[in-house]
Amino acid sequence: MIDFSYTIWILLIPLFMFVVVGLFGNRFKPLVSGIAGTSGLFVMWILSLVTAYKYFFVLEKAADGSFQKFLAVNIRWLNLTDKLHIDMGILLDPISIMMLIVITTVSFMVHLYSIGYMDGEKGFMRFFATLSLFSFSMLGLVVATNIFQMYIFWELVGVSSYLLIGFYYTKDSAVSASKKAFIVTRFADLGFLIGILMLSFSTGTFDFLTLTGQNSPAFSTGGGVMFLGLSTMTWSMIFIFMGGAGKSAMFPLHIWLPDAMEGPTPVSALIHAATMVVAGVYLVARLFPIYVVAAPVALDVVMYVGAFSSIFAAVIACTQFDIKRVLAYSTMSQIGMMMFALGVSGYGGHEGLGYMASMFHLFTHAFFKALLFLAAGAIIHAVHSNVLNDMGGLRKHLPITHATFLIACLAIAGIPPLAGFFSKDEILAAGHEKSLMLYWVEMIVSGLTAFYMFRLYYSIFWGKNQHYHHTPHEGSWTMTVPLMFLAVGAALAGLIPFSLFVSSDRMPFVSHIELGIAIPAVLVGLLGIITATIFYRKETTIPDQIFNALGGFSRAAYRKFYIDEIYLFITKKIIFNYVSRPIAWFDRHIVDGSMNGMAYVTNETSERIKRFQSGQLQQYALVLISGVVLLTLLFTYLWTN
Amino acid sequence: MFEGVPLTWFLITGTIMFFVGIYGFLVRKNLITILMSTELILNSVNINFVAFNKILYPGHLEGMFFAIFIIAVAAAEASVAIAIIINIYRRLVNIDVEKMNEMKY
Amino acid sequence: MSILTLFIIIPVLTVIGILMSKSHMQVKWVAVVGMSLQLLSAIALIFLYLAARRAGDMAEVLFVQDNIWYQTLNIHFYIGVDGVSVAMIGLTSLVVFAGIFASWDIVDLPREFFTSLILLATGVFGFFICLDLFTMFLFYELAVIPMYLLIGIWGSGPRHYSAMKLTLMLMGGSAFILLGIIGIYFNSAPGGGQLTFDLIKISKQHIPIEAQRFLFPFLFVGFGVLGAMFPFHTWSPDGHASAPTAVSMLHAGVLMKLGGYGCYRVAVFLLPDAAHQLGWIFLILATIGVIYGALGAIWQKDLKYINAYSSVSHCALVLFAILMFNQTAMNGAIMQMISHGIMTALFFALIGMIYGRTHTRFINEMGGLMKVMPFLAVAYVIAGLASLGLPGFSGFVAEMTIFVGAFQNADVFHRVATIIAASSIVVTAVYVLRVVGILLLGKIKNEHFEEIQDAKWYDKMSVVTLIFGITLIGVAPLWLSDMITGGLGPIMHKLIAAAPVLMK
Repeated sequence: MIDFSYTIWILLIPLFMFVVVGLFGNRFKPLVSGIAGTSGLFVMWILSLVTAYKYFFVLEKAADGSFQKFLAVNIRWLNLTDKLHIDMGILLDPISIMMLIVITTVSFMVHLYSIGYMDGEKGFMRFFATLSLFSFSMLGLVVATNIFQMYIFWELVGVSSYLLIGFYYTKDSAVSASKKAFIVTRFADLGFLIGILMLSFSTGTFDFLTLTGQNSPAFSTGGGVMFLGLSTMTWSMIFIFMGGAGKSAMFPLHIWLPDAMEGPTPVSALIHAATMVVAGVYLVARLFPIYVVAAPVALDVVMYVGAFSSIFAAVIACTQFDIKRVLAYSTMSQIGMMMFALGVSGYGGHEGLGYMASMFHLFTHAFFKALLFLAAGAIIHAVHSNVLNDMGGLRKHLPITHATFLIACLAIAGIPPLAGFFSKDEILAAGHEKSLMLYWVEMIVSGLTAFYMFRLYYSIFWGKNQHYHHTPHEGSWTMTVPLMFLAVGAALAGLIPFSLFVSSDRMPFVSHIELGIAIPAVLVGLLGIITATIFYRKETTIPDQIFNALGGFSRAAYRKFYIDEIYLFITKKIIFNYVSRPIAWFDRHIVDGSMNGMAYVTNETSERIKRFQSGQLQQYALVLISGVVLLTLLFTYLWTN
Repeated sequence: MFEGVPLTWFLITGTIMFFVGIYGFLVRKNLITILMSTELILNSVNINFVAFNKILYPGHLEGMFFAIFIIAVAAAEASVAIAIIINIYRRLVNIDVEKMNEMKY
Repeated sequence: MSILTLFIIIPVLTVIGILMSKSHMQVKWVAVVGMSLQLLSAIALIFLYLAARRAGDMAEVLFVQDNIWYQTLNIHFYIGVDGVSVAMIGLTSLVVFAGIFASWDIVDLPREFFTSLILLATGVFGFFICLDLFTMFLFYELAVIPMYLLIGIWGSGPRHYSAMKLTLMLMGGSAFILLGIIGIYFNSAPGGGQLTFDLIKISKQHIPIEAQRFLFPFLFVGFGVLGAMFPFHTWSPDGHASAPTAVSMLHAGVLMKLGGYGCYRVAVFLLPDAAHQLGWIFLILATIGVIYGALGAIWQKDLKYINAYSSVSHCALVLFAILMFNQTAMNGAIMQMISHGIMTALFFALIGMIYGRTHTRFINEMGGLMKVMPFLAVAYVIAGLASLGLPGFSGFVAEMTIFVGAFQNADVFHRVATIIAASSIVVTAVYVLRVVGILLLGKIKNEHFEEIQDAKWYDKMSVVTLIFGITLIGVAPLWLSDMITGGLGPIMHKLIAAAPVLMK
């Protein structure tokens, strides 16, 4: 057995960076914190790669040929009941190691990129400190040994996301976006918390090893019907999924993600495309055995929510004009596909194809989506705008960005042999086995994906030749190197035989490209690209005509189907005005009023009584004497009878 | 020299003095007169003491002593009261009791 | 002599020192020295306590000292601590220490101010270490009464009204408590023998159930008033709004904890059967309080009011957890008291500092303070995040312990109450972020704010101490949690004996 306890450093380095840069960063030049952060990430990246190598190739497999799942580190953190306790530790298994690689790679690239992108920004050091905090929390989340540790880091990534979205804190839109992101995910986390409480109450443990092991208490105790004909375990899994849906921006908790694009672009690339938003997928994957065995209804919920979100977001993405918002909806759509893949999956071997496909797509998506965002950042950096109408004909000015962006677009559109093709193909194959209708839905989503990505591509790099105030130019090498690196990843990541490493039961299996599915998928993708080419390569009026022809539907899609307005109505109008305000009134007037009322009554009584105290000596004497006389008469009367 | 005067006569005198005192205390507005009224009340009590002592317990002197005590206390009280009244007069140039209501609520 | 006596002697000596000081500066430094000593002895006490426990001293209370105080009524000066009181003492000394620095720029009558402040602290310390109901009550009153002076003299806004309201309501609570304590006293020897105020001795007795049922509401409501239990919480917003900074800190941070601690130590501990029978009424009130305080805070415009309502919500959670009657929730209740104590003290300290610079407490009149006072703003964000229960700060640990504990009661009533209470964490996030957004972020609304200075050294001292406290508990809660659990044995024992079916 190899000692993996050094993996703790992968967590401690960013924590240390955060504390040091956060507390003492302003003593140094801003650049120092950038370099420190980046080099820290580099070390973590190397450590992760080493860990992956040792885990997959050196460590011996378990007796049945599966990859081992074990705790590298485990420290008691808090005792709750006699059975329940929270530990902090590191759980190593194929998906956590896969996530380690994804996170450290993207994070490293984003750090490097940010040195160039954020150069000269006020709060450069704050930016890097928070990025370190994020890296720490995200890594802590994926290596969590128990669901409560996951919840803890889950909240921490939420707050780092809050801090980073609100990075430009003098901008009102950024402030409200950060607030929205935090509150929406917080609301979802309430579901997560309730789910954890239910799960831990019926199983008596938080530990993933126990929960998802062979004889998990979750399999045996989840029986009884609890509410609406569903078992306790189903409800708890649905609640937990609610947390995942909030973080992963699934319908209807997706509203924060597009607004979150107010943050600096590297942040969007790291947090809101590659890592944090897939935490929900990771959460479902982590608890997958429970979903499959004890809560199949909850898994169906995952499937439907995922499928609906993917098509919903894809439609909206076609109508948006803000480059980052298009990418945000694209992210939501892709994550929907991952959720869908998990939802259709079974357990073990080829049954678990969907699980593998989901993780595979998560992996490849991280590369091409991070690349898309970083390239978008380079574009925004060059033209100082993120609205498509301000762009056009940039391919001459930004050759590297152009090339890498094109690779990413082809990858996400699922054109072989780029990464997206392989993972998406597996997803469609898994979907085909489960539900034909949803399979076609996902097919449409892939077509739409290709369409809106190339709409973006053509509107930015082709189309009309804009007149720019300053000639746009590429950023420094720290910005272009990450683009090229990620482009290589986006191109080649699909060639990894993923099913040999990651599978639902950790048992390697061989998966093939099914031509019956791959060919239509590619054709649909090409169709999308061709349509986009016709519409947007040259400036035409076709898109406007179609937009107008669809009338109400396209307007609704442009307004994001009014989901934001509905939320605003519920929160502002209902909760703020019809709940909170009456409560404040009630408190002032009824509760406090009754207290003041008591004081008033006392006061008033004494006001009346005090008249007796007139200050007239003779009046007092009169009262006294009449009292004496009365008492004398009374007593005389009593005693004589 | 008072042989044969019945107790009742003393008591009637005392009672009349007492109620005259009370009446004066309640009705007169001048502080000095009020003080005089209290003296009347005290003296009515003295008469009772002495009379009861003389007639009910001829061999004893307690009633007498009490009367003397009361006279002494009354003297002290009168001097204090007059001192207060003089001070009040100096302050307010008035000794009307109805004006003395500083202590009301 | 027990080390605990120090907690009375040091403040008394400090008060004498303050009264004898010649200049303002001297007054402050005497207070600082005194309270630093107090903090040091609190830390020493924690270590001594842990060491004694580790050495295998399993006595119910440690560091006992027992002097007869008034023979006729069998009143003793009887002191001793268990894990819970040690934790509360630690909290108190931390908050008082920070409070001294937070009131550094008091101008009017500093001598009298610090005297009252430390007298108040003496009362609180005495309350936590005493094990005799009568002396406990005595110290309780000692803690409540200086509050009137502190708010009435050094307060702001409608201070006379607030001070009067606060004092009257708390005195009303005291009357209830006194009644309850006397009731317990006369039932303290059901089998005959000498009546006693001794908490430990009484806890070994079984008070007749009829008496319990009669006394429990008095005690719980009496302490509940101080613990800001709905609907007896209205003194808290007005009182806090008018009180000077350090007083708000001490009041919300420590004094309100006397309420929770009293409910736990006196009402539930001594009257467990009645607690089981009548607890549900108060549980409903506490649940309402949790969500009500949070929702009430959303609408407020004055920083102190926001925080006062937030305190109502958090303190209601303490009562909520106590009424869950199981060890985990109980543990959570104590942790919540400590966590909320430090956190809210931090909040009030910061509000005082912000007010001292901007001269307004209305959030609408401020904005963009992050730019002009980064230190205070970041501290405020930290306090806010701690308040909404972010992991890494103490609030999270406490709330999660409470919720996990509350969830162990499997019936529908407790479940619904738990879920309602848990939903307050979302509402908390809303009002905290609303304030942070309006107050600190965005553009600067008033050009006068450009000239504002950031925190001075004494401000930093106060803020850093408190932040250290919440982070320490938030990052490494195990020692605290285990220390508290160690002190919960007797009460759990009694509760289990009272209702064997309900407990696990």
